[in-house]
Amino acid sequence: MTKQVQQLDRVIIRFAGDSGDGMQLTGDRFTAETAEFGNDLSTLPNFPAEIRAPAGTLPGVSSFQLHFADHDILTPGDAPNVLVAMNPAALKANLGDLPRGADVIANTDEFTKRNLAKVGYAANPLEDDSLAEWRVHAVPLTTLTVKALEGFDISKKDAERAKNMFALGLLSWLYHRPTDATIKFLEGKFAKKPDIAKANVAAFQAGWNYGETTESFSVSYEIKPAKLAAGVYRNISGNQALAYGLIAASVQARLPLFLGSYPITPASDILHELSRHKRFGIRTFQAEDEIAGVGAALGAAFGGALGVTTTSGPGVALKAETVGLAVTTELPLIVVDVQRAGPSTGMPTKTEQTDLLMAMFGRNGESPVPVIAPSTPSDCFHAAIEAARIAVKYRTPVMLLSDGYLANGSEPWRVPEVSELPDISVDFATAPNGDDGETYLPFKRDPGTLARPWAVPGTPGLEHRIGGIEKADGTGNISYDPDNHDRMVRLRQAKIDGIDVPDLAVEDPDGDARVLVLGWGSTYGPIAAAARRVRKAGGKVAQAHLRHLNPLPANTGEVLRSYDKVLLPEINLGQLALLLRARFLVDIISYNRVRGLPFKAEELAGVIQDVIDSE
Amino acid sequence: MSDILNGRGLSLVPKTDVKQSMKEFKTDQEVRWCPGCGDYAILAAVQSFVPDLGLRRENMVFVSGIGCSSRFPYYMNTYGFHSIHGRAPAIATGLAASRPDLSVWVITGDGDALSIGGNHLIHALRRNVNLNILLFNNRIYGLTKGQYSPTSEVGKITKSTPMGSLDKPFNPISLAIGAEASFVARTIDSDRKHLQSVLREAAEHKGTSLVEIYQNCNIFNDDAFEQLKNPEVRDDITLRLEHGRPIVSASKAVRQGPRGLEVVDRASVREEEILVHDTHNPDPSLAFALSRLDEPAFQHVPIGVFRNVDRPSYDERMAEQLDQAVADRGQGDLHDLLHGGDTWRIN
Repeated sequence: MTKQVQQLDRVIIRFAGDSGDGMQLTGDRFTAETAEFGNDLSTLPNFPAEIRAPAGTLPGVSSFQLHFADHDILTPGDAPNVLVAMNPAALKANLGDLPRGADVIANTDEFTKRNLAKVGYAANPLEDDSLAEWRVHAVPLTTLTVKALEGFDISKKDAERAKNMFALGLLSWLYHRPTDATIKFLEGKFAKKPDIAKANVAAFQAGWNYGETTESFSVSYEIKPAKLAAGVYRNISGNQALAYGLIAASVQARLPLFLGSYPITPASDILHELSRHKRFGIRTFQAEDEIAGVGAALGAAFGGALGVTTTSGPGVALKAETVGLAVTTELPLIVVDVQRAGPSTGMPTKTEQTDLLMAMFGRNGESPVPVIAPSTPSDCFHAAIEAARIAVKYRTPVMLLSDGYLANGSEPWRVPEVSELPDISVDFATAPNGDDGETYLPFKRDPGTLARPWAVPGTPGLEHRIGGIEKADGTGNISYDPDNHDRMVRLRQAKIDGIDVPDLAVEDPDGDARVLVLGWGSTYGPIAAAARRVRKAGGKVAQAHLRHLNPLPANTGEVLRSYDKVLLPEINLGQLALLLRARFLVDIISYNRVRGLPFKAEELAGVIQDVIDSE
Repeated sequence: MSDILNGRGLSLVPKTDVKQSMKEFKTDQEVRWCPGCGDYAILAAVQSFVPDLGLRRENMVFVSGIGCSSRFPYYMNTYGFHSIHGRAPAIATGLAASRPDLSVWVITGDGDALSIGGNHLIHALRRNVNLNILLFNNRIYGLTKGQYSPTSEVGKITKSTPMGSLDKPFNPISLAIGAEASFVARTIDSDRKHLQSVLREAAEHKGTSLVEIYQNCNIFNDDAFEQLKNPEVRDDITLRLEHGRPIVSASKAVRQGPRGLEVVDRASVREEEILVHDTHNPDPSLAFALSRLDEPAFQHVPIGVFRNVDRPSYDERMAEQLDQAVADRGQGDLHDLLHGGDTWRIN
C-alpha cells in the first residue's frame, strides 16, 4: 500500500494523558527528534503540581504541546492540529482547545465505562457522533502495545506502560521523524533493565509499523527543515539555559559559582542542573530554607564567589531581608525568580508575571535592585550572564525574572562560541585606597560606576567590617548622621540608575506605525507572533520588548512618547504599566490575563487590531 | 584523639610567623556596650587569645546576627560581617564552605541563635561546617530592652510578660547535642582562663563548634549567673568537665544511677564510682545526660567541653566532591558543555 504524503509548513501536536502515562517524556522525545530533523520548534509542557493525582481524573491530566515548522516560529502555538488523548480525561480536558477539523488520536482501551464515568461522560464519545467536528482515529494503543510485546520477559504492567512509546512511534511515522536517537535514548535510559529497554524500543517500532500498515492513517506529513541562521543548534529549556548561563558567567567572571538554594517548583531544575557540574568548581548548597539559601550565597559573595540563589515567588518573599542586606553591604548577588502563579502557593506549575513589583520594591527601606527578564527559553542563557555582569561590576544584588513558561518551555538554540561571550571579570581590591596610603575605605566609590571596592577575606591590610547598619560614606563605619544617611540613600539609588543598559530597540518594518505594542519577559513570543499576524493582515504596529526593567533603557520615555497609543499585554494586572505610567506619564493601554497560561498569538493579534482600529 | 587536637580545623588557614599582639586585633571603633556588660570581658578574652592561634589576621572572619553581642565584629580588626537577625550561621556557612582557608567565627546571642535563627543553628550543627559559634547567653533580650528570651526561666517577669513568661526555655547545650553537634562546650564570661582554653579547643576543632558563654546583662538581667560567680558557692555548684577526669565540684560528684546520671555528695561515693568524662564518646547520649544536670536551674552546673568528636566537616566533603568530579571527568570546559547533548548544524 502506498500512502499519500502531504507537505505542511507547520504543525501543533498536543500529547495528553494521565500524569503516570509518561506524556512529558513522550513530548520530550518527539521534540528531540524534531530538533534533530531541523524544524524550528517551541514547546509548552503543562502538568499538575500533584505528583500523581488520582488516575483517570481531570486534575491528573498532563500534557505537552509542540509547535514545529519549516520557518521560524515564536510560540508553542495557540490550538493543536493533533491531539493525542491517552484516556477520556485527556480528551475532555483538551477538546475545548481543538479547532474544527483537527485530528484526535484516542486510546480506545482506556475508554472504559468506569473511566468515562470518572470524568462525567454518560456515553462513549468515540462511539457516538459527538466528535463529528474532528477527525478521530480510534486506536487500541494499550492492546496493540501488549500484543507487540508478547514473548518479552516483562510483566503485563510493564508492557502496558510502554504504550506511550507506541504512540510516539506512530506519531514519528506520521510526521517522518528520525528515530535512531530515540532508540539510543531508550537503551540508555533503561540500561540497567535491558528487558524493559528492548520492550520500549519494540513498542516504539511497533507504533511506527502500525502507522505504515493501518488504514486508519491514509496520509503522512512532511514538514521541511527550517532555514535558520547558520550554526550549531541544540534544543534547550529555559531552566537549562539559565543554569548554563550561570556556569558561563562564572567562567567569564573568573569567579567560582556558589549556589544556595531550597527546592521549589518551577526553579528546582536549575539546582539540579548546576549540581551536575561540580568539575567547573561549582558549589551547590541545598539549604534548610529559602533564607539560608540566599544567606549562604551572600556569605560566599563576601568571600569572593559569584553568589547565586534560585527560587520562585513565595521564596523571594522569604529572601527579601537578605537581598536588602546585599543592597546595603553592596555585594554582588544573583537572585533568580522563576515566577509562578500566586499569591501564596498559588498554582506552582503555572506561569505568571506577577513578581515584577516585588522584585522592584519588595524590601524595607530605599533598596533599589536591578531587574532583568529573559524573553525566550534560550535567552535565559544570555540574561544570566547579563545579571552576573551587572552584579559584579556594580556590586549589587540583581533580580532575574524568569517564569514557569520559559523554565519548562524549550526551543532550538544556536549555541554560542565561548569567544562570543563577554568578559565580565572584575578586580578585587588588593591595596589600601585611602589618601594616606595605609587606610582601606570599603565604601569609597569608583567615580564612574559608583561601585565600592570588593576586598575579600584573605587580603592582608584590607581587613574591614560591613553590615546592615547604615555606614559612613567612605569609611563604612557605623553612622547615624542624618546627612550621611540621606547621601548614602541617594548614592545607592544613583548607582543603580547609572547602570549601563542598551537602548530599547523598536521593530517597525514600515516605519510608520502609530501603535506600539510593548512587552517584557516571556510574553515576547506571543506578542511578536501577534504583531506578525497583524502586519500580514495589513495592519501597522511597532513592537518593543523590555529586557532591563531596572534601570530602564535611557530611551524608554522617548520611545513611548513617539506613538499615539502604547499597548502593554502582561500576565498580571498591569505591574509594568503602573511603573511606566508613574515614570513617563504615558497613558498606556493594558491588556491583562492571569490564567496561569501564556498568551495566545491570535488573542493578542485581535487586541492589537482593536487598538489600531480605535485610532 | 591526636587528630582532633592537632588542629585540623585550622589546617588550611594560613599561619603567620610574625608574633601578634592583642593590640593588633583591636579596631579604632568605640565599643558601645553598656558599662559593666559581660561582653567586654568576652571581647577582651577573645582579643588576647586569638594572637596565640598564630593565624593571619586577614584570614579570620567574624560574622554576627543582630543583638547586643552581634556588634562584636566591629571591634575585631579582622574581616567582619554584621548581618541580619538569626541568619549569621547561614551566611557563615556559605563563606566557610567556599573558603576553607578562613577561620570563621559566628557571634550570636540567645535570642539571635535560638529564637529567630534556631533553624539555621541546628542545621549548621548537623552539617558540621567549619565554624566556631559563640553563643552569648544572658537569658534576656537586651537590644530591644528587656523582653524574656528563649533561655529565660519560666515565670520570668519582663515588660512583655508582666505576669510571668509561660514557655519552657531551651537548654542550648542539650539542643546542640540533640542536633549531634561535633563540639559543644559551656563557659562563663567571668572566668577568662577557662573561656580562653575552651575557645582554643573550639578553634582547633574541625567542623562546627558551639560554645555557650554565660554572659551577664547588668541592665536587664543582672546577676543571672551570680551563683556561678559567688566565691562562697561557685565551687560547689560548678561541675568541671575535663576529658579523662572524674566529673566533680568541690563537694559533689556525678555518678551513673539506676535512672541515669545523678549528682551526689562527693564524700559519700567511692572514687571509682565517679563518672570519668570522655569528650570523644561518639554516642551523644551521655553528653546529653550531662547537659541535663542543671535542671532545675543552677543547683549544679557542668562547665567545660561536653563533646568533641571527629567527624568530616561539610566544607571538606564538599571540596572532595569537586576534586572527585575533576578527577573523574577532567576540569569543566565551557565549549564542551554548551556544545554537548544532541546538536545539529545548519549551514
